[in-house]
Amino acid sequence: MTSETGNTLDVAAVARLAELARISLSDEELQRYSGQLDQILHSVDKVGEVAADDVVPMSHPQPLVNVTRPDVNKPCVDREEVLRQAPAVEDDRFRVPQILGEE
Amino acid sequence: MSESAISLNTELIKSSASALAAAIAHREISSREVTDAHLDRIEQVDEQVHAFLHVDAEGARAQADAVDAKVAAGDELPPLAGVPVGLKDVFTQRGIPTTAGSRILEGWRPPYDATVTTKLKGSGAVILGKTNMDEFAMGSSTEHSGYGPTRNPWDLDRIPGGSGGGSAAALAAFEAPLTVGTDTGGSIRQPASVTGTVGTKPTYGSVSRFGLIALASSLDQGGPCGRNVADTALLHQALAGHDERDSTSWAGEYPDVVAAAAKRDVKGMKIGLVKELSGEGYQAGVSQRFDEAVKVLTDLGAEVVEVSCPHFDYALAAYYLILPSEASSNLARFDGMRFGLREGDDGNHTVEQVMGLTRDAGFGDEAKRRIILGTYALSSGYYDAYYGQAQKVRTLIAQDFAAAFDQVDVLVSPTAPTTAFKLGEKLDDPVAMYLNDVATIPVNLAGNCAMSLPIGLAPEDGLPVGLQIMAPSFADDRLYNVGGAVESALVDSWGHDLISEVPAL
Amino acid sequence: MSNVDQKVPFTEAVEAFDPLLGFEVHVELSTKSKMFCACPTEFGAEPNTQVCPVCLGLPGSMPVVNQDAIESTIKIGLALNCKIAESSRFARKNYFYPDMPKDYQISQYDEPICYDGYLDVEVPLEDGTKKSVRVEIERVHMEEDTGKLTHAGGATGRIQGADYSIVDYNRAGVPLIEIVTKVVPDTGALAPEVGRAYVTQLRDLVRGLKVSDVRMEQGSLRCDANVSLMPAGTSEWGTRTETKNVNSFKSVEQAIRSEIERQAAVLQSGGKVVQETRHYQETSGTTTSGREKTDAEDYRYFPEPDLVPVEPSAEWIEELRAGLPEAPAKRVARLQEAWGLSDFDMQSVVNAGALDVVEETVAAGVDQAAARKWWLGELARRANEQGVEIDQVGVTPADVAGIVALIDEGKINDKLAREVIDGVASGEGTPAEVVEARGLGVVSDDGPLIEAIDQALADNPDVVEKLREGNMQPVGVIIGAVMKATRGQADAGRARELIIERLG
Repeated sequence: MTSETGNTLDVAAVARLAELARISLSDEELQRYSGQLDQILHSVDKVGEVAADDVVPMSHPQPLVNVTRPDVNKPCVDREEVLRQAPAVEDDRFRVPQILGEE
Repeated sequence: MSESAISLNTELIKSSASALAAAIAHREISSREVTDAHLDRIEQVDEQVHAFLHVDAEGARAQADAVDAKVAAGDELPPLAGVPVGLKDVFTQRGIPTTAGSRILEGWRPPYDATVTTKLKGSGAVILGKTNMDEFAMGSSTEHSGYGPTRNPWDLDRIPGGSGGGSAAALAAFEAPLTVGTDTGGSIRQPASVTGTVGTKPTYGSVSRFGLIALASSLDQGGPCGRNVADTALLHQALAGHDERDSTSWAGEYPDVVAAAAKRDVKGMKIGLVKELSGEGYQAGVSQRFDEAVKVLTDLGAEVVEVSCPHFDYALAAYYLILPSEASSNLARFDGMRFGLREGDDGNHTVEQVMGLTRDAGFGDEAKRRIILGTYALSSGYYDAYYGQAQKVRTLIAQDFAAAFDQVDVLVSPTAPTTAFKLGEKLDDPVAMYLNDVATIPVNLAGNCAMSLPIGLAPEDGLPVGLQIMAPSFADDRLYNVGGAVESALVDSWGHDLISEVPAL
Repeated sequence: MSNVDQKVPFTEAVEAFDPLLGFEVHVELSTKSKMFCACPTEFGAEPNTQVCPVCLGLPGSMPVVNQDAIESTIKIGLALNCKIAESSRFARKNYFYPDMPKDYQISQYDEPICYDGYLDVEVPLEDGTKKSVRVEIERVHMEEDTGKLTHAGGATGRIQGADYSIVDYNRAGVPLIEIVTKVVPDTGALAPEVGRAYVTQLRDLVRGLKVSDVRMEQGSLRCDANVSLMPAGTSEWGTRTETKNVNSFKSVEQAIRSEIERQAAVLQSGGKVVQETRHYQETSGTTTSGREKTDAEDYRYFPEPDLVPVEPSAEWIEELRAGLPEAPAKRVARLQEAWGLSDFDMQSVVNAGALDVVEETVAAGVDQAAARKWWLGELARRANEQGVEIDQVGVTPADVAGIVALIDEGKINDKLAREVIDGVASGEGTPAEVVEARGLGVVSDDGPLIEAIDQALADNPDVVEKLREGNMQPVGVIIGAVMKATRGQADAGRARELIIERLG
């Protein structure tokens, strides 16, 4: 199904997005989600029908500005309590699998 | 257990939070007895209802005993002293398993309390445990929980609403007199509607989001759930307030909602019916009960007029772009590196692969669909057409509300278009599922406040129907005044409250 | 690893091509707490001891902006002649990496806090003169630093071939300011020197604001250099590369030179420059290929919904502007004139990082020549030996003023002064207290001095003979012997007077 904007979420597009979102989807998931997402995309396309250029986008429900805190220290969290929750730990650090990529 | 003990316990679990707080303060009963009665009830019925993901019996009893010691010492008591509450599993509680309904967080014990948790403790409440929810609050049925669905106490084959189905069902099943929920697109109000209970989405910024596991940061808001308006007001007052750890928290004045709940006076008030939130798509019994509730308001002396909010028709579309976009970013941290599930770390997979495998294994279908959609809406070349455009729709919806509140004091609509549907009915049709939130979403987009309260059972299926009341930002007190008035008039006309009609479990 | 890159000799390269430069400099602010939470920022703490739910990105945590970080950023912006945005926002930069706790970085995107500025850079030329080059600043924005990865297993300790990595999040969330230039054109053969001068003078400027340690070796100042080539006489901008891992001012210069030589060779052999990240190799002075920048890199920026806009008031900005120190270039010119120094002498003071301390020493009443002599000599040597900045050797301008006064009063000499510096540096007190405690005073009581002179004269009859004949040249032998006998505490001037007196 092609949406009103002409955008589609076919299997290839979903696969590319899944990679960007770091989710290793199975082929079955890719197929299933692609159909569902395309349908959802079609239903949300109507946002393009309203909202002219002169409408200011709203990113916050309340118009607050300049919320800051003073530059002071407060106690940190107990390291052991945090490391206990980690999947793998070595030398008081979080152990993570091999990183491929740049130096 | 003796017969008198059973009847005493039945009385305890059916009592209002206000009555329990008063009885504890007046030493008519101990918090420990009240707490034990609720823990027993959970033990008896939660296998059927599945409202709780974790019950902290030990912690609850300790907190109850601490309150009882204070009572014995004659100390001044905070407002909810000794009253049991259920906490939606989306709030962190130090040392207590917190999953947000997701397998990806299975076994995680946070090292810190959410501000809501701190406030509950400070108000003397006894936290019974963590209530079930759709994974990361994505859903309208609790079927998307990674730990199995919650069932509706009115009919165990039906959904209790979502995402806060656990918090709502716990109330309807008398497992707790008060629970805390969160409302991103209706997750407090829609479950309240389909379970015959009360729930409020406070004005955005009223209840701290610190420690609330974020779904969509600009929409999420914690709030109170209860079995009546006065109880809900008590919890609302306990949760609301400025928090310096949440940059979006409101530092100004807060209305007194407890006083408003007792006021119950709508004479001379102007009430607006939202034209766009009625008619087609609304179940007949829902419309019928809604019309009757509007008549109640007229009878109480309010002036009812129809108002139009033309951009509400675009709310669902804007919502299903903004929410997935923010969610795709908020849920990125669940990558198996620092906490929670890790999948495929066998020495043969790279960190990129382990993250991908972890997220595939840990997230359910709905979470994955929304993350993909949000990733798309934010991606280069599509941002303006989707996320940017959705934020403009948001502005238009806020303008619609502003124009409406120039004419009327509050707006009303049915909370949900239908009564509780059957488990599984909409699970594979995301768009149909999303339509449940059509009436609740505009408030989340604009940031103002709304309440749902029960207004009867739909004649065709005998299931609860909810009335939604919407008020301007930081006029949450109007919800409680109007809600209290409607509730009191309906209870008078029925001769009992609606929740007493819930079938025995 | 790729093959060794072909290169064209530099002079040839800059004849055939005009280099275009660009710089992204990251400065870690020296605030007490992190950008968005109250954890300390100190360097070198035990791993994962300066962390909390916010900087660990734990579920439910929320950022709150550090007021001082905003203030420091505005100061940097003002010092760089930037406009300060009436309204500025934070944005999320989304990408997955294990050193980034939330898998997004809170940064600024389309609404940075400072924009459109410039820095006039003085580039030293070979003939000893300087050329002024204006480097235009595109933007200055705030963001947060990442954690620190250590690669383990494998043979190299580097990321390639490592079996796994371990992460310390102490640095995660430390305030980071990014200063981005516009393209710097028309630098020609001076491109490498312009790069070095820009980063050096930017460092001086930020240091003067006292908002960061700005130390390249500790990573509190980091520079990415962008280089592209344009065929001479055309206006076709070439593909640019971004060189990271440039860890010293000298490396900035060398990295640019090497990249110009390499790109020229690629282009002259008919090839295309690949848009990529390159890494500077300190040992070889060249850059090596890193990650290719592809379309797949899509950061999906959007306004950070957990933070609200920053809208500094005009009054506040003016207050900060009024509190800014004098611009470094102006200050150098002013002091150079006041002290009457040559360009070369003044540059030595600046290069030694001794401007502040020399100025303060002069302010304490010391002659500029004496102040420079001690700071650029003995104290610079010590700083160098200890690998610290000159103001961290444990001796203050007030101490140097005290030492110079003791010398002027004849109480100590230069040799003893070095011992006094030892004492002051090891915390024994003021120079006067050290002299007292160590008994270091120059011998000015004539008694022991005469004794030593008489002995020296008796030991050197041949010298005495020459002196008596009026040949004063060998008097140094006697003075040397006297100094030796008094273990250096003799006042050489007084000794000379007494020798003449004793000889009659």
